[in-house]
Amino acid sequence: MEMVNYKKDFPLLMNMDIAYLDNAATEQRPQVVIDAEREFYERYNANPLRGLYELGMEATDRYEEARTCVKNFIHAKKESEIIFTRNTTESINLVAYSYGLNFLKPGDEILITIAEHHSNMLPWQMVARQTGATLKYLECDQTGFFSEEAIREAVTPNTKLAGICHVSNVLGRTTPIEQIISLVHANGGVVLVDAAQSAPHMAIDVQEMDADFLAFSGHKLMAPMGIGVLYGREEILEKMPPFLTGGEMIDSVTREGAVYAPLPHKFEAGTVNGAGAMALKAAIEYLQSIGMETVHQRELELTKMALDGMKQIPGIHVIGSDKPEEHCGILSFTVDGVHPHDIASILDAGHVNVRAGHHCAQPLLKHLGVMSTARASLAFYNTENDIERFLNCLRNVRREMGYAE
Amino acid sequence: MQSRTFYNEILTEHNLHPAHKESLPDANLILEGVNPSCGDDIILQLKVEDGVIVDGAFQGSGCAISQASVDMMLELVIGRKKDEAMHLADIFFRMIKGEASDEEIDELEEVVSLKDISHMPARVKCAVLGWHTMEEMLDGKKKED
Repeated sequence: MEMVNYKKDFPLLMNMDIAYLDNAATEQRPQVVIDAEREFYERYNANPLRGLYELGMEATDRYEEARTCVKNFIHAKKESEIIFTRNTTESINLVAYSYGLNFLKPGDEILITIAEHHSNMLPWQMVARQTGATLKYLECDQTGFFSEEAIREAVTPNTKLAGICHVSNVLGRTTPIEQIISLVHANGGVVLVDAAQSAPHMAIDVQEMDADFLAFSGHKLMAPMGIGVLYGREEILEKMPPFLTGGEMIDSVTREGAVYAPLPHKFEAGTVNGAGAMALKAAIEYLQSIGMETVHQRELELTKMALDGMKQIPGIHVIGSDKPEEHCGILSFTVDGVHPHDIASILDAGHVNVRAGHHCAQPLLKHLGVMSTARASLAFYNTENDIERFLNCLRNVRREMGYAE
Repeated sequence: MQSRTFYNEILTEHNLHPAHKESLPDANLILEGVNPSCGDDIILQLKVEDGVIVDGAFQGSGCAISQASVDMMLELVIGRKKDEAMHLADIFFRMIKGEASDEEIDELEEVVSLKDISHMPARVKCAVLGWHTMEEMLDGKKKED
């Protein structure tokens, strides 16, 4: 099979001699995305949803086309179910403040997993504190696996809201999301899916999944920083009060009050990120032009190569499953006797970029019994050469730190 | 494989075989220094008599830079007067910022091996952790970076 070099689509990767393996933190931008952001400001710049002149309507069209593109990308029913935010964190906070604070009460339970990123944990700690609801944790085993038994035990008739990551940003393991959703629904609760780590790597169908809310960030999917998405089921969004209030989210305002705009604009107060939305559309179309299946296959091949190589190096421990298909391109690891920050610095000297630390998931690391880890995370545009460089640097880490082997 | 890292032999030796990583039962000054962003965490213990640091030790965990730096610091300041130690700490902070003269840096002896951290802004906090902790213990004031 002929190998396509996707790197040529990414100016930064062409201009720099690096093996960029921090894709779970943020992906790189292809030229088409950079062009789209620029094109908005060069050709369509006016305040979307406001101007009654032609340029203003063009700006609105670009913004709303992006919404349709996102709707199709995650298979939502309607555009009104797609709310643009800044990122996953803002999307989750919107649900926490608007839904959580208004619909939860003492005695209710909020269920999250121990594998959540802090951004899907702190908002629920806040909601629990303010409403008197109880925050419960669904726990996984050392490989990131959630047993059916654990799920059945965790979900109760009091589970009114569950916030569940689709893929863990530390372990890369996919959560049995459909199973959790159907059980929470059977108990009368709603589920928010944190798709920050899954949306760039696998096809998402919110209807098939039966999610009530789903959040993801544009920047982890090659779009610019500062544009994110919240999907919400229409009937739930309808009954939720606005999160932020101000301009653009109203129909009419009097001295006493206001009539809010219909969905989705009720949740998009203030001037929106028109260029970011247009560039998100370009990123999704670029991803679709490659095809989710190709992306998946490519990332799996690279993950397999990295994992096989890491297993050969003494003193390296990969966290989570030992199967490459259960990592979604995310490989967190430790090196005996070497602090993860030192691992990252040594790899950086070899121009290999990895993350090190607690990955905004301190309770998970504590649960797994590790202080911190280094993390290599892949994207389809990485190459075999990137993985070789990573493995070569990794082989030297312990020697570099003064160990005999 | 090219590798130009600042993990020189002096640094790795102090990390792998620290001379002062132990408990000091008769310490009269004890302070914990924490670097929340990385998880570096040390407990510095000093025994100060008549204005002289007669002994010192540290415990804790963290990256090689934080551990080696505090070990080298103790090696340098044990046996010195408090104000000498403060003077050396001042030179150290300026060395890390790339602002100390060569003559001044000479006073730091082995600690010179950490000079290149000035090119690694992400790791400066690790290098200065022990030194800030000592400074705070000796003058009783919390210092900003």
